[in-house]
Amino acid sequence: MSAITTEQVESRVIETLASFGPDVSQITRDATFEELDIDSLDLVELAQVVEDDYGVILKGEDMKELKTVGQAIDLIVSRAE
Amino acid sequence: MPDSRTRPESCALVTGASRGIGAAIAKTLARDGWPVAVNYRSDSEGAAAVVAEIEQAGGRAVSLAADVADPGAPEELFSAAESHFGVPVLALVNNAGISADNLFSLLSEDDWQNVLATNLTGAFRLTRRALKPMMRARFGRIVNISSVVGLRANPGQANYSAAKAGLIAMTKTVTVEVARRGITANAVAPGWIETDMTAGLESALTANIPARRAGTPDEVAACVSFLASDAAGYVNGAVLTVDGGLAA
Repeated sequence: MSAITTEQVESRVIETLASFGPDVSQITRDATFEELDIDSLDLVELAQVVEDDYGVILKGEDMKELKTVGQAIDLIVSRAE
Repeated sequence: MPDSRTRPESCALVTGASRGIGAAIAKTLARDGWPVAVNYRSDSEGAAAVVAEIEQAGGRAVSLAADVADPGAPEELFSAAESHFGVPVLALVNNAGISADNLFSLLSEDDWQNVLATNLTGAFRLTRRALKPMMRARFGRIVNISSVVGLRANPGQANYSAAKAGLIAMTKTVTVEVARRGITANAVAPGWIETDMTAGLESALTANIPARRAGTPDEVAACVSFLASDAAGYVNGAVLTVDGGLAA
């Protein structure tokens, strides 16, 4: 599999989060999930998308630590390497 | 917002569907228009007969062997059903069940573990797998076949009762976690139903059933049919008893 770029992950994460409700313009790296009204079930669903697309398995402990969009993107990229 | 009212293109998986209540459920869901994956553990002839009957009636079905107590079963079953029908599984009926009755003091470690493994843990794993496509689809129907003995005591069935009561608790928890994704999870609690599982057992119980008769698998299937339907989109976390009034 070719290397996954941060840009690819970022775009997929933003697209997925936007499907949960928030406007794309609000979804910045610094935005917190709380601000975006993204709840724990949304993050479970994001983890499923990430697993399907990149084969990266995010566990419950991983998800609990995530506060911002940027942290999620960085975690996924680091696991995909 | 998802309103859980309109079913997307999808199929149904019924576990333990080669005979009895499961077979009736598979045939009824097929009549309702669901392509149905008919799971069985050992009775391949029974499963083949269910598939044949569905196909003769103009429905679509496939038989899939797996022991739901096997941790690998959910992935096998979902992958096989989805690749056969080309649509996601958006209705799951956890029906597969075994019994190993004995007075509590005489229940062996195996009697306890095996019944819990099939009747409760199997349903847990299948439901966990089912939620993936259901969450993505914003639609899902989970129906867990519990039992009236999950609601009130029956001597000799501590293991079976514990598993069936556990199914009800699991159903309710799933509901509160995922209802906002358009997914419903409900339990059906049959009472005394004429099947292979109850054959040979003395139905002295009949005198205690307000309806004064045993129920039929079709009468249980009718409830599952409703709970899986678009019309039942607002029925969530319920326990529907089908017992001739036994638990009333």
